[in-house]
Amino acid sequence: MKTKNFLVSAAIVLAVTMGFQACKPKGTQSAVSGNAAEKTYVAPGQYDEFYSFVSGGFSGQLSVYGLPSGRLLRVIPVFSLDPEKGWGFSEETKPMLETSHGSVPWDDLHHVQLSKTDGEYDGKWVFVNANNTPRIARVDLTTFRTAEILELPNSGGNHSSPFITQNTEYVVAGTRFSVPPDGEKSDMSIEKFKENFKGTLSFVRVNKESGNMDIAFQIETPGVNYDLSRAGKEASHGWFFFSTYNTEQANTLQEVNASKNDKDFILAVNWKKAEEYLKAGKGKKVSNVKYAHNVYDEHSHTSKSTIKNEVIVLNSAELEGLCYYIPCPKSPHGVDIDPTGEYIVGSGKLAALIPVFSFTKMQKAIKDKAFEGTFEGIPVIKYEAALHGEVQKPGLGPLHTEFDGKGNAITSFFVSSELVKWNIKDLKVLDRVPTYYSVGHLMIPGGDTKSPDSKYVVAFNKITKDRFLPTGPELAHSAQLYDISGDKMQLILDFPTIGEPHYAQAVRAEKVKDKSLKIYKLEANKHPHFANGEAEARVERKGNKVHVYLTTIRSHFTPDKIEGVQLGDEVYFHVTNIEQDWDMPHGFAIKGANNGELLVMPGETQTLKWVPDRIGIFPMYCTDFCSALHQEMAGYVRVSPKGSNVPLSFGTGDKMTTK
Amino acid sequence: MKNLPIKAIHRAMLVLSGLALALTLILPIWRIELDAAQYPEGLELLIYSYKLDGQVDIINGLNHYIGMKTLHADDFVEFTVLPYILAAFALAFIAVGARGNRRSMQVLFICFVVFGVVAMVDFWVWEYNYGHDLDPNAPIKVPGMAYQPPLIGFKQLLNFGAYSIPDSGGWIIVATGLILLYCVVAEWKRNKTKISI
Repeated sequence: MKTKNFLVSAAIVLAVTMGFQACKPKGTQSAVSGNAAEKTYVAPGQYDEFYSFVSGGFSGQLSVYGLPSGRLLRVIPVFSLDPEKGWGFSEETKPMLETSHGSVPWDDLHHVQLSKTDGEYDGKWVFVNANNTPRIARVDLTTFRTAEILELPNSGGNHSSPFITQNTEYVVAGTRFSVPPDGEKSDMSIEKFKENFKGTLSFVRVNKESGNMDIAFQIETPGVNYDLSRAGKEASHGWFFFSTYNTEQANTLQEVNASKNDKDFILAVNWKKAEEYLKAGKGKKVSNVKYAHNVYDEHSHTSKSTIKNEVIVLNSAELEGLCYYIPCPKSPHGVDIDPTGEYIVGSGKLAALIPVFSFTKMQKAIKDKAFEGTFEGIPVIKYEAALHGEVQKPGLGPLHTEFDGKGNAITSFFVSSELVKWNIKDLKVLDRVPTYYSVGHLMIPGGDTKSPDSKYVVAFNKITKDRFLPTGPELAHSAQLYDISGDKMQLILDFPTIGEPHYAQAVRAEKVKDKSLKIYKLEANKHPHFANGEAEARVERKGNKVHVYLTTIRSHFTPDKIEGVQLGDEVYFHVTNIEQDWDMPHGFAIKGANNGELLVMPGETQTLKWVPDRIGIFPMYCTDFCSALHQEMAGYVRVSPKGSNVPLSFGTGDKMTTK
Repeated sequence: MKNLPIKAIHRAMLVLSGLALALTLILPIWRIELDAAQYPEGLELLIYSYKLDGQVDIINGLNHYIGMKTLHADDFVEFTVLPYILAAFALAFIAVGARGNRRSMQVLFICFVVFGVVAMVDFWVWEYNYGHDLDPNAPIKVPGMAYQPPLIGFKQLLNFGAYSIPDSGGWIIVATGLILLYCVVAEWKRNKTKISI
């Protein structure tokens, strides 16, 4: 009898345990359905549908992936040194990393914005932000290279950036860490945050043809943390929206002290009004600032860094109708505008709901002066007066929202690790899918335009764990691609990324691919040290500076034999790649150089500085396998003691020149 | 034997052919297309009456591996003579069409055929020299290998496939030649019939 009881009890325990096992959440296998491979397979030799520009986070670079394949096409160096491509190592690119603090070799690149015309991507440029040393960079989409970097004064933690208006009139930059305005008076106690720290919003104007940037004006606002932003569009064109946290104005242990208020704010800025005030001369010229403006010129293949000392500042508290605060629950992160421009979605990262504001109602509230008070001189609109409605119980930890163009929004939830699709009008949750793991940003191609491409959504996750083969303690961040063409979101691909992907944007390949440059034309080369063909290749000494005008073509350097360099010389190799054939770069490296290599595209000139540290023979060679005779593409430089009587001589083959 | 004047329709065809021949002064006459694994987009060499075009520099750059001479329009006397010859033929076609003289037409036909044959022989000789006269110091030497492109049609030369065909100007020359042949034959038949009656 006892044995029987025991067996029955054991069976019950086993059944219950198995029951629990069955209740355990299902893994990826169950999340991927049969035709996922078919949907993401891009056959060899075929092109992807979209270029996806994905921020490289703390790598400081911008990556380019093809979608739907998830193939990495290129990493564009922006804010960080890249010895592979000579970025920041060649004499031509060194000025691009200059700031008012001197050369800064690294940054944290968070957000990506494609240039827009009439609310749609025009495929001209990509703007990206540097979070640490506040800067905005512009990448040219014909060369896929960084063309310009602008530093931002009066700023710390350039996070709500580089969001743009619907015709790329402005790229904005809001400070995440409020700081006292730059200048002599900025040496003060951190305790004085409340009284003296300011939140500066920079409006950077973009030239329609050249893309060149300059700070049109800055708006000085109360010292809070500006987190993210989006421009209004269509109906709300002319307005800009910024999310804020730390309206408690804490200056220490923000984790607790900046999370106390039930509601923080969304700041609505009427930038058309700002333009009027600017025109009326209401701006204050401030000249105790210092910021760098770096421009790369693809014709001279060189860049120039200029320090600027002036900016015009508009005061938000003094200028009526410029800024309004809208209360938004619990430290909002993303503030996203739907394709019509009517709905403003605030994602309170500690809130249990998502508030959706109406632009029309907000305008009415301003007209009716439906304010609950002011915050440091800025009117605070009544929450209910601007509210369209709330999405109830959507998930935990909402961060960002993108739009599918079919009246729905998809929001990322960090804490509950999922994407949730909901209807903007009736605010009902329609679908949810898990992400692996803890999604941060998400991206729908064209998700912030007037007409999103509602085919895919990509989740960029903060935690990777077991998604790929383990690679020690340090793992690549993971991204997941979901098909959103049907009612249900469907996971179809997992792929690793570089650095930490924050925002990304994707554009239809047709808008970019045909404009992509193949070679630089030799006849357009305006580099001051350009050698137009082997006949102009030479070596010149100017004091202790030795200039080598070196040409490369399959498969030799001209000159490839150089003698007469002395210890104490600075040698500049000005390497011109005289190829005019697509995909024929040549590399250049020399033994013992204390920097990187050069990777020179056809028709381009780049310079490597080399200071020899000892006498002897130094081989130099082409680093990019260029032809069947690539291994032969090499040469020697002889370094003699200082004051040696070895004459300067150079040449290739039988043609030697002695000076 | 009375020499009947040419039928109006044939005269019109000859005048139009003359005008078409004038176009060969500005159109490419021959093309050599090259493709290889590394050149999926292909390379082309276009031969005009007065110049070489297409990716001449890239082809020259590649040919140094096997020691072929680089191509320069200045090295060919043909490019100074050919435009005059083609212009002369264009005028001759128009003149013969305008005058309608049958004997002149026959002479023109013989001249045109001779021109065609000489031009093709010249082209072949040029290709032969170009493909055989190799630099003994070339990095790549394949025993017994010559790089003469095909006169017309396709030939594999190491990793490159070479495809040689007339281009638009060349096709005009071929077509006007055929029209001229047709006119000569048709007029000969007509004349014979008239005389036998």
